[in-house]
Amino acid sequence: MATSLTLKKIAREKAPAGQTAAREGARSWGATLATVILLAAFLSPLLRMASMALKTNEQILAPDSPIWPAKQAIFTYQGKEYEVFKVPLPEGTRELALYKKGRSESQFIDPANPEAGPVTWQGSWRALPRSWQWSVSWKNFSEVWRLIDYPRLLRNTIAIAVLSMIGVLVSCILVAYGFARFRIPGKGLLFGLLVSTMFLPATVTLIPTYTVFAKLGWVGTWLPLIVPAFFANAYDVFLLRQYFMTIPREMDEAAMMDGAGPFRILRSIILPQSWPAVVAVAIFHLVYAWNDYFSPLIYLSTRPDLQPIAVGLSRFNGIHYTNPALIQTATLMTMVIPVLIFFFTQRFFMQGVVVTGVEK
Amino acid sequence: MRARRRRLVFRRLPPLARREALWGLAFLSPWLIGFLAFTLVPMLATFGFTFTNINLNQNEPLHFIGLENYRTLAGDSQVWTSLGITLKFGLLFLPVTLIIPLALAMLLNSRYVRIPGFFRTLFYMPYIVPLVASVLIWNGYLNAETGWLNEALRFLGVSNPPNWMNDTRWIYNSLIIIALWGIGSSMVVNLASLQGVPTELYDAAKVDGAGWWGSLANVTLPMISPVIFYNLMIGIVAVFQYFLVPLVLNEGTGEPGGATMFSNLYLYKTFFTFQDMSYGATQAWLLFVIILAITLVLFKTSKHWVYYAGETR
Repeated sequence: MATSLTLKKIAREKAPAGQTAAREGARSWGATLATVILLAAFLSPLLRMASMALKTNEQILAPDSPIWPAKQAIFTYQGKEYEVFKVPLPEGTRELALYKKGRSESQFIDPANPEAGPVTWQGSWRALPRSWQWSVSWKNFSEVWRLIDYPRLLRNTIAIAVLSMIGVLVSCILVAYGFARFRIPGKGLLFGLLVSTMFLPATVTLIPTYTVFAKLGWVGTWLPLIVPAFFANAYDVFLLRQYFMTIPREMDEAAMMDGAGPFRILRSIILPQSWPAVVAVAIFHLVYAWNDYFSPLIYLSTRPDLQPIAVGLSRFNGIHYTNPALIQTATLMTMVIPVLIFFFTQRFFMQGVVVTGVEK
Repeated sequence: MRARRRRLVFRRLPPLARREALWGLAFLSPWLIGFLAFTLVPMLATFGFTFTNINLNQNEPLHFIGLENYRTLAGDSQVWTSLGITLKFGLLFLPVTLIIPLALAMLLNSRYVRIPGFFRTLFYMPYIVPLVASVLIWNGYLNAETGWLNEALRFLGVSNPPNWMNDTRWIYNSLIIIALWGIGSSMVVNLASLQGVPTELYDAAKVDGAGWWGSLANVTLPMISPVIFYNLMIGIVAVFQYFLVPLVLNEGTGEPGGATMFSNLYLYKTFFTFQDMSYGATQAWLLFVIILAITLVLFKTSKHWVYYAGETR
C-alpha cells in the first residue's frame, strides 16, 4: 500500500518534471537567441566600419551597390572583358554581359550560354542595375597607411603609452603598498581623499595645470602626458591596494624577522603574488593612453609630428571627411591594437573592472 | 595649530610605530606630492584665477579685477543656454545609462542565457574602442542616407527616417545611442554585483510569495544599491564633463543649431581657443560648485536608500 502510493507520487512528479525540463530548455534557447540578436545589433556598427574599409570608393558612390564589399561582375568573352547587368527580359530578370552599347538598344551576351551569341535588348543600358560580385579591396589600407603616416603615429602612441605606463606602475605600486601595509596616523582620511578624487571633475584642475605647463614651455612636448603619471592615480592605487590586502600579513612579518626591509618585502613577497593586479593596471593604462584624446589634443595641437593616433585620426577626419571609405579604414586601424590587447588579456581586464567598481 | 597637533601625534607614537608611519608616508609620497601639485593647488588656483585677467593671448599686465569675471558670467547668455543643454541631456543620459547596463547585466545573469562569459566579453568590447574611433563609426552608422540604422528603418517601412546627426530634435537621442556603446564597464560591475547577491535571499523572497518584480524591488535593487550609487555619482560627473563627442563630431561648433554647445564645450572654447584662462576658470568653478552640490545632496540622501551589507554606517 505504502509502496504503491510512493510510486504513484513519483510518477506524478516525474511527468511534470519532464515537461519542466523541456520548458526550461525552450526558454534557454529563446533567451540565448534573443541575446545573440541584441549583440549582433550592438556590434553592427563595427561590421559597417569593416565593410566600408574593404570597399572601393567607386562602389560607395554607386547607389545600387550592396552593403558588402563588391565590384561589378565582369564576364570575359573572346578575350575581352564585359560588365554584367541585371536585364529585365520577358522570361524574368537575367544577369547578362553588355557586349555592344547603344543609345536605345544594346547587345548582350549570356555568360551561362555564350555560344548563343549576342542578344538584343530594347532600352537604355544606363538605366540597368549592375550585377555585383563579392570582392574585397585592400587598397584603402595602404592608402591610409601612407596618408595618415601610420608608422609615425604608432611610434608616438607607443612611446607615450609605455613611458607613462612605467610611471603609473612605479608610483601606484609604491602608494598602494603604503596604504595596504603601514599604520599611519590619519591614513583613513588620506585614503578617503584619494577615493574622492575619482569623483573630481577634471576641468576644475585643468586650466591652472595647462597654464603652468604653458609657462614651463612643456606645451608642444610629451612631458604633460608623461610626468603626471609618475604621481599615482586613484583607480590604479585602489585596485592594487585591494589586491595587496589579500596577501597574508604573516608572510611580511616572517620576512621582517629575517631582517628584510620594506622595499625587500615589496619586491620579494608582495609583487610576486600580485602580478595579476599589476598586469591589469599595466593593460588598463596602455589602453587608456592609447585611447586618450583630450590631453594630447590640447598639449600637442601645434606639433602634429608628436601627436598620437587618436589625435591623428581626428585630424585625418577633418581632411578626408568626404571619403568615408578612407575614414572607416583609418578608424579600423586606430582601434585594432587596443581591441586585440583586450581580447588577449580580457581575464585580467574583467577582474580589474570588477575590483574598482564593486568594492567601494 | 593643527600642524602642531599632527606633529604631537607623531611624537607621541612609540619609536617603532613612528618608524612605520614614516616609512608609510615615504611610500605615499608620490601620491601626496601629486595630490598637492595636480589636484589641490590647481583647484585653489582655479578659484584664484577667477579674480584675475589671465589670458595667454595678450600681454596685459596681470592684476586682480575683483568680481569682473563673475559679472561677465552672469550676463553671458551662452553660459546659461549651455547649462540648460547639459541639464536636459543629463536627464536623458542618467536614467538610460543606469538602467540599460543593469538590464543587460540581469539578462546575462539569468540562468536561461548560455555562455554568459562570451556575451559579457563582447558587450564590453566597444568600451575599449578609442573615443574618436567610436564617434566616427557612429557618425557613419547614423548617416541619414547611407547609415545602416536608416537603411534598416527604411527596410522596416519607415519612409522618412530621422536625420540623426543634423536635426536638433534627434541629436540628443543620437548622442545617447553613442554613449550606450560604452556601457560595458558599468554592465560588468553590475553583473559582478548581481552575482554577489546571496541566493538564499531569493529563496526567502519566493517563500514569502514574491514574484519577479517583488524580488527585484525587495532583494536585487537593495543589495546592489552601492553599485547603482557609484554609477550614479560617476554618471553625474560625466554629464557635466560631457563634450568630447560633439567636439569630434563638429569640431566644437555646437552644430546642429547650437544644440551641442554643452557647458564643458563652451568652457573648452573659452580657455583653449580663446586662451582666456580667467574666464574659463570662472566657468569651471561654476560647474564644480554645481557638481559638488548635487553629489553632496545625493551623498546625504544615500543613507536612506543605499544598503551596505555587513557594515554599520
